[in-house]
Amino acid sequence: MSIRVDHLYKRFGDFVAVDDVSLEVESGELVAFLGPSGSGKSSILRIIAGLERADSGSVFFAGQAADHLHARARGVGFVFQHYALFRHMTVAQNIAFGLRVQGKSRADQGLRVHELLDLMGLAGLGERYPRQLSGGQRQRVALARALAPQPQVLLLDEPFGAVDARVREELRHWLRRLHDEVHVTSIFVTHDQEEAFSVADKVIVINRGRVEQAASPADILDHPATEFVARFIGDANVYEGKALGGVVPIGRLEIPAAGVTDGTEVSAVLRFYDLKFWKEDQGIARVVRTMTLGDRVKVEAVIDDGPVIYSQFPRRSSLLAGIEPGCRIHIEVTLARLYPKDAGILVSTTPPPA
Amino acid sequence: MPERKRLNPGQKLLLALVLAYLGLILALPLAALAVRALESGPGMLLAIFSDPAALEGLKLTLVLAGIALVGNGLVGVAAALVLVRHRFFGRGLLDTLVDLPLAVSPVMTGLAFLLLFGRGGWFEPWLTLAGIKVSFAFPGMVLATLFVTFPFTLREVAYVLLELGNDEEEAAVTLGASPWQTFLLVTLPNLRFGLGYGLVLTLARALGEFGAVLVIGGAISGQTQTATTFIYNALEERQTPAAYGMALILATASVLFLLSLEWIKRRRDKEK
Repeated sequence: MSIRVDHLYKRFGDFVAVDDVSLEVESGELVAFLGPSGSGKSSILRIIAGLERADSGSVFFAGQAADHLHARARGVGFVFQHYALFRHMTVAQNIAFGLRVQGKSRADQGLRVHELLDLMGLAGLGERYPRQLSGGQRQRVALARALAPQPQVLLLDEPFGAVDARVREELRHWLRRLHDEVHVTSIFVTHDQEEAFSVADKVIVINRGRVEQAASPADILDHPATEFVARFIGDANVYEGKALGGVVPIGRLEIPAAGVTDGTEVSAVLRFYDLKFWKEDQGIARVVRTMTLGDRVKVEAVIDDGPVIYSQFPRRSSLLAGIEPGCRIHIEVTLARLYPKDAGILVSTTPPPA
Repeated sequence: MPERKRLNPGQKLLLALVLAYLGLILALPLAALAVRALESGPGMLLAIFSDPAALEGLKLTLVLAGIALVGNGLVGVAAALVLVRHRFFGRGLLDTLVDLPLAVSPVMTGLAFLLLFGRGGWFEPWLTLAGIKVSFAFPGMVLATLFVTFPFTLREVAYVLLELGNDEEEAAVTLGASPWQTFLLVTLPNLRFGLGYGLVLTLARALGEFGAVLVIGGAISGQTQTATTFIYNALEERQTPAAYGMALILATASVLFLLSLEWIKRRRDKEK
């Protein structure tokens, strides 16, 4: 079932949690709401579920306005960050709850519970209580419980936030595989970009109650629509300067700014991996440190008459040859993104991406 | 089990002081009662069970306690839900007011009800007109008992609700549960230990109430005399065996209450 959200507003006292948000999720899609904590992404999810009421704006399911529908009538499966399992019920009773309140027969409940226990890799745990399960198992029970009444829409609020890194990785695969099998329209909220990009078909970046960009993971990485997205996604150097003669000078580094009017104040966002360093005694910067991060090496340098700049290379890259603390380097900017200071909308990329 | 640590002399002294204090104010009085009861033998209990006034008093106390249990059990849960789950104007004031019965002397409570329902009281003209007698009668004692036992269930339940949050209730709603289903299948089972604890406290308080029911009820033998006011009257009339017999019955009830509170605590901790 497709979901459309139209001009949603929500305030909590003086705090504007959701500020004119409109977005669309197509039927069968798996979408991530990505943003820092407090950005309003959970509030949007809770409004879609009917757990929170918007001050204004509308939610549509399959084109039908759902604003008048109570949360229990929306047919939405919701997975809570801290599981919210019924602690006095067994795993099987938890999963059967949605069917039980619908008045389904015990036999039907039992069949569905069995099916879901198998699907979730929880077989044999039906008689346990939630407190006897690990975090990852609890989260899968929460997922099974939400799926039991066969919802048209599945909403997950920071679903993997409360488990440790290894289990999180595992659960991500679970969610992706599950979605490929069940195909229920799903939205999950996360502040972890890796999680959003590795699991979702589409990522909606949310900041301060607003949608910054809604696009495929690749598009968001390659064509960040706003300064926030460019800063937030991937590791980047951010400089502020003034365009002058087709460049933005930052110390002795000249960031290409073809077509930008002289005197325009801009933020320049340079991703670590969009920079090339090589050793050159006449260079424009000096290397301060190199840090090995697993399979990558991060290089920290200081631009002459300017600030610090970082780049990142594969560990075995030929570009790293001879680069060591104290050496002088030249810097090539393979891709720069410029945003005028007040608007925050992309004005120039150099060179324009293919 | 945590490993037992050796105490240094200072700690030993402190422990001895605490034990002596507890012995003096808690254990010794109860022991005295038990010893006296054993000395007098079964005759004392016989004195109670063959005395119609004593039996009437016991019955009245049980009825009052039962009404307090049901009334404040229901209202306590409802009020706790309102206080914890809703935000409204005057909530802070109400939250404070709820504890009033803990702060006010029961004698004053009885007096206050007399001012409302007694001779020359605010409501007396209407009540006389309707032919209802509240003061020095059963209805007045019900009101007084409800008043003094009001906070116990409410506070225990409110505490549990606060700790619980409403995640599970929200989950139930998204799964299609109606408000009643959510309450009966999710909220209430989660409250059961807090509710049980509060109800036992309510019962204990109702059985032991003296001042309020004495003032509003007048302790008329066979009519408004409760178990506690029976003890008081018996002592005044120097019928010591009857007084001790009734006291022993109430003390036994107290021990049972203590044991059930302990049982509830253990069950709750096991499920944490």
